[in-house]
Amino acid sequence: MDENKVFEYTRYTEGIETMKAAHKVLAEYVFTPSLPQKGYNNRSLHIDLSTLKFTEKKIGEDMKKTFTGGRGFGLKYLWDAIKPTTKWNDPENDIIISPGPICGITQYPGAGKSLVVALSPITNIPIDSNVGGYFGPLLKFSGFDALEIQGKAKEDVIVVIDGVKGKVTIETAPRESLDSHVAAEQFTHQYASDEADLRNVSVVSAGAAAAHSLIGCLNFSYYDMRRKVTRLKQAGRGGIGTVFRDKGLKALVVHGPQVKGDMNHPADLGRIQRAGVKLHKEMHDFDDKMCTMRKVGTTNIVSVMDAYDLLPVMNFQYGSHPDTKNIDKTTWIKQFTQGIPDGCWYGCSMACAHGVDEFALRTGPYKGHKVVVDGPEYETAAGCGSNCGIFDPLWVIECNFYCDTYGIDTISFGTITGFIMECWQRGILTPERTGGLDMSWGKGESQLELMHQMARGEGFGLIAGQGVQRMKKIFSDQGWGDYAFLNDIGLEGKGLEQSEYMSKESLAQQGGYYLTNKGPQHDEAWVIFMDMVNNQIPSFEDKAEALYYFPMFRTWFGLNGLCKLPWNDIEPGDNRTKNAPMDAAKVPEHVQNYVDLFSGVTGREITKEEIIKMSERVYQFQRVFDLRMGKGTRKYDQPPYRAMGPVTREEYESRQERYDKQVKEWMNIDPAGKSIEEKMALHRKYREDRYQKLVDAVYRRRGWTSNGIPTLETLKRNGIDFPEVVATVLPHLSEAEVKEVRTAYVATKKAEPKENKKSKIKKKASAKNLKPKTKNKKAAVKKTKPSPKKVKTIKKIQVKKKPAKKVIAKKKAATRIIRKIKAKVKKAVKKAAARKPVKNSKK
Amino acid sequence: MKYLKTNPSLCKGIKACEKSCSKAFFKVEDPGKSAIRVKQTDSGFEINVCNQCGECIAVCPVLALKRNSQGVVMLDKKLCVGCLMCVGYCPTLSMRTHPDQREPFKCVACGICARACPEKALEIAER
Ligand code: SF4
Ligand code: SF4
Ligand code: SF4
Repeated sequence: MDENKVFEYTRYTEGIETMKAAHKVLAEYVFTPSLPQKGYNNRSLHIDLSTLKFTEKKIGEDMKKTFTGGRGFGLKYLWDAIKPTTKWNDPENDIIISPGPICGITQYPGAGKSLVVALSPITNIPIDSNVGGYFGPLLKFSGFDALEIQGKAKEDVIVVIDGVKGKVTIETAPRESLDSHVAAEQFTHQYASDEADLRNVSVVSAGAAAAHSLIGCLNFSYYDMRRKVTRLKQAGRGGIGTVFRDKGLKALVVHGPQVKGDMNHPADLGRIQRAGVKLHKEMHDFDDKMCTMRKVGTTNIVSVMDAYDLLPVMNFQYGSHPDTKNIDKTTWIKQFTQGIPDGCWYGCSMACAHGVDEFALRTGPYKGHKVVVDGPEYETAAGCGSNCGIFDPLWVIECNFYCDTYGIDTISFGTITGFIMECWQRGILTPERTGGLDMSWGKGESQLELMHQMARGEGFGLIAGQGVQRMKKIFSDQGWGDYAFLNDIGLEGKGLEQSEYMSKESLAQQGGYYLTNKGPQHDEAWVIFMDMVNNQIPSFEDKAEALYYFPMFRTWFGLNGLCKLPWNDIEPGDNRTKNAPMDAAKVPEHVQNYVDLFSGVTGREITKEEIIKMSERVYQFQRVFDLRMGKGTRKYDQPPYRAMGPVTREEYESRQERYDKQVKEWMNIDPAGKSIEEKMALHRKYREDRYQKLVDAVYRRRGWTSNGIPTLETLKRNGIDFPEVVATVLPHLSEAEVKEVRTAYVATKKAEPKENKKSKIKKKASAKNLKPKTKNKKAAVKKTKPSPKKVKTIKKIQVKKKPAKKVIAKKKAATRIIRKIKAKVKKAVKKAAARKPVKNSKK
Repeated sequence: MKYLKTNPSLCKGIKACEKSCSKAFFKVEDPGKSAIRVKQTDSGFEINVCNQCGECIAVCPVLALKRNSQGVVMLDKKLCVGCLMCVGYCPTLSMRTHPDQREPFKCVACGICARACPEKALEIAER
């Protein structure tokens, strides 16, 4: 790029002074700004928008040890904030933004990520989303390891965290735009003290459509010094933008200090620097030969996916298309401005955050405006492009822009539109039913109009914004289509729309999608290549191992505030020759870099194995959380059949040779003379059985029962056998399992010398600082091990109750028992405390 | 464009350049803090120092690297965020880091080393 190029964009800063003057400060909180020490500030900020109250929470060593940070902190805070009956739009739903201990270092690519957690409107279970932009690091450099927002504001408000002045305010901001590209620019300019300070402000916002749909996303901004414009990165998945708007939030603004290379106060800066330089050098030497991330970002895989029949085409019916070349990297290399360091945080030499500059919009309220569009990334090109039969890059860019600015998840929107278009193709939807929208394949105009309707809160856009799972029901309730068929072709799991890989031919990827905690999302287990292309994990056990290792490993990025791409989208030059294929897939040298980064920042020496342990604690906790919210069992881990095999005749015929061959080779049946329908039925049976076998293998590997429940042993092994966690799984465990626990319990009780018991309880209680609502921690600990008598009671209830009510009753019984134990122990401890001075009991 | 021209064939490896450079900029005689590095090889000595090619300028996300009026690539510590991308992207690996330093450093063609070299293996030249 020409160094002196001045980009021409439509600007939205006119009149910002008058806008700012219209703000009314509703509440103010003064705090002492701080910089992290070894990666942590050891405190978080809680804001209640209903009561306008601010609370600082301490983050102790135990919390760090168990949950690490990022997604771990988010899940822990959410667990504490909500009840099993909480709905996404209840005031107690909590949005938590947490950057993680490594976040904010500038030397290693991908270290500026924030993790956002909330109860998802689309799935009713916790969702976590990993996002770039500067908000997380600047929040951390203001003094907080997490920000928690609960409650609902009476009118639209903004929250401003000033980490320089040490002040947080809740303000009305009646005149600024809701839409993210405008809001980010307006607030950034309002809260920066001068031009040089613009990069120290970041804004989180949603947009007009987030409020009218369940698939709202959040935009995290950063100021791009070269383009001189605010840019956006998205916390896309699971509808957190919808929760944000439901809380009456227009924006969160953070103003932090000027960033330097040592703001985390790491334990060993040199160690981090060495790892960073090594990776920058790899990027310099190999990126052009490997993934070309610096030129085209993740869109480099569009053509690869097409070549391997893995690109979603027309609602995942097909895996490739002759027009894919129009939306593959050859197009994006021309659309994206080249030669700009496009990292979403300082130091990302992978620089995949490409932009289409000076893009002239063709539709909607911003028609004619010249904007910078973030992306498209692979998921958007595939979801809003090929999956909708749209191969016009300009429509894909336009769709990407409006999704972002209106606050809509491009992945969900792509999968939703693909589903709608197939319903149109099959006559389930007609002009009368869509309010006149022609939803034929490839109709970019209709796709955009659907999006504008979502933003205006009207028409068929409102229905589309409910997501695939709800649409299946709406359409069949209206008598427009058969539910079973709609269920087969609508790509969602647990309510979340599947992200954009065609998984029909990869059993492991089916598991990678549907055996996830939050719903079918690629960031947890992207094993499609290893499975299908390289055939590295042939047996069920191999696949189960991959579906253990990769989700656990990838969880770790979200605990620490890291991006997953620099892990394996670049490799050391000798990675493939030095390591066996399965090991190479893990990129051992880069895993070592992460060990160095964590230990270098926190001063806590870890090993490669500890990475998995740290992640598993949180992963298993999240699984139990799903269970607590009424999901998290085997039933919820089932894919719609389109994700597994051909639903329709056309799909079968399009790959007839392959499918016939499979009938012969896999099932040992001669396909000759059989009708397509017969062969499809054979496939379905075979593929569904095979998936169940995979589920069994994965559950075993993860330490879950055949119903997908983490066993008590699993919880104990991970150090998360906290009372509420145990109480959640207990009613779902078999008699044998409960018996096993009882035996173990009796054994430990016997082994334990009497005089030590009390002090042990105390020690455990202080170690497991999990449950703030339980004032008496000793009581809490006791609850983890229900006495044999109580266990028996649970079993009795199990036997007595009718099967349908069994689970509810068991849950209730468990809660009752726990309450009783709690009261008893409380009494006992009170007695003990009366005898002993308090200071002793703290030891 | 001003730059430090090297003539390795004259180098005897006494490393006066390294010492004078680190002394001038970091007040210590520490080869790890010198912008110029001399390494013995089978065939003699190799001198590694920035040639002011400017490739690092393009990768800096905060515009902390710029050419001054004499064409020398200068690093503005006030703007620099210490990301070290410029270090990994220098084709000759002449941008330096040191664990004591959060920002990288490089040769600014000041000529202190050239004056310290008794063998005249270094000189400030124009290109
Ligand atoms: S690789 Fe891309 S998404 Fe990841 S940190 Fe770098 S710029 Fe951001
Ligand atoms: S530091 Fe390296 S890249 Fe920068 S001007 Fe010097 S030689 Fe060129
Ligand atoms: S280390 Fe400083 S000068 Fe080098 S690229 Fe990063 S910000 Fe720019």
